[in-house]
Amino acid sequence: MNDKEDRLQRLTAVRPRLVSFALMHLRDRSQAEDAVQEAMMSAIEKNESFAGRSGYETWVFGILKYKILDTMRVQKRHGRWQPLEDEDDDDAIDRQFQQNGRWLESARPSSWGEPEATFENEHFWQVFDACMIALPDNAARVFSLRELMGLSTEDICRELDIKENNCWVILHRARLRLRACIEKGWLKGETA
Amino acid sequence: MMMMCKEATRLMSLKQDRSLTFQERISLRLHLSMCGACRECNRQFDLLHEAGEKFVPAHDPDRKEGPEKKGDPDKKDDPENDDDGR
Repeated sequence: MNDKEDRLQRLTAVRPRLVSFALMHLRDRSQAEDAVQEAMMSAIEKNESFAGRSGYETWVFGILKYKILDTMRVQKRHGRWQPLEDEDDDDAIDRQFQQNGRWLESARPSSWGEPEATFENEHFWQVFDACMIALPDNAARVFSLRELMGLSTEDICRELDIKENNCWVILHRARLRLRACIEKGWLKGETA
Repeated sequence: MMMMCKEATRLMSLKQDRSLTFQERISLRLHLSMCGACRECNRQFDLLHEAGEKFVPAHDPDRKEGPEKKGDPDKKDDPENDDDGR
């Protein structure tokens, strides 16, 4: 039996998803690829410390999460981010609602079908990916930390040094943008 | 004063991140009971949350074919089918 060979193959197979995961957080392709490269290297080096075959991909994603957080800290420290409070993104809300707070006819949400069937559809994931890329940088970062990395808003605020209330506002807008974008691409077949 | 859709989406989003207060829960539920568009939006936010969880593989590297599709359901002793989360 050749465990090492098997794991290398699994690493190669999961690499594209690692890259798109990193890209959603880091918003920079070469930095995303570097983070994935480093995560794959440490997965290979630390091969022995992984027990059991099931969940190997999950384990590698776990390593990547730390690399992503490290890279994000560096990005932030080097002033590569717009201030999180400043991202002018009221559009996300304004474009979907009338002045009185009701849905605009053109933005009314429709059904996306059964979640199970949706998740099994490759096209849904392509649209999801494209819509994540189309989000404003800070909205995408906060959304990714919350929903992809699974951090609490409390942790995100500590990490990004923003107020929790701010975090909720950013997430609200990000979700509204994403839902509108996905609905367009997924149901109506328009590209984002 | 009746809550409008825009405010309802704020609560729908918030409930993905923290527990709503009693007051918030009641107003959201009331609004959803009367507004089909917001019920869809609520499902979409739930789905986005679930999509985030699905993105990181639990044990099947290929999300197109879940474990239930392939293989033999009798093979309960296969350790690969044991998923204890992360």
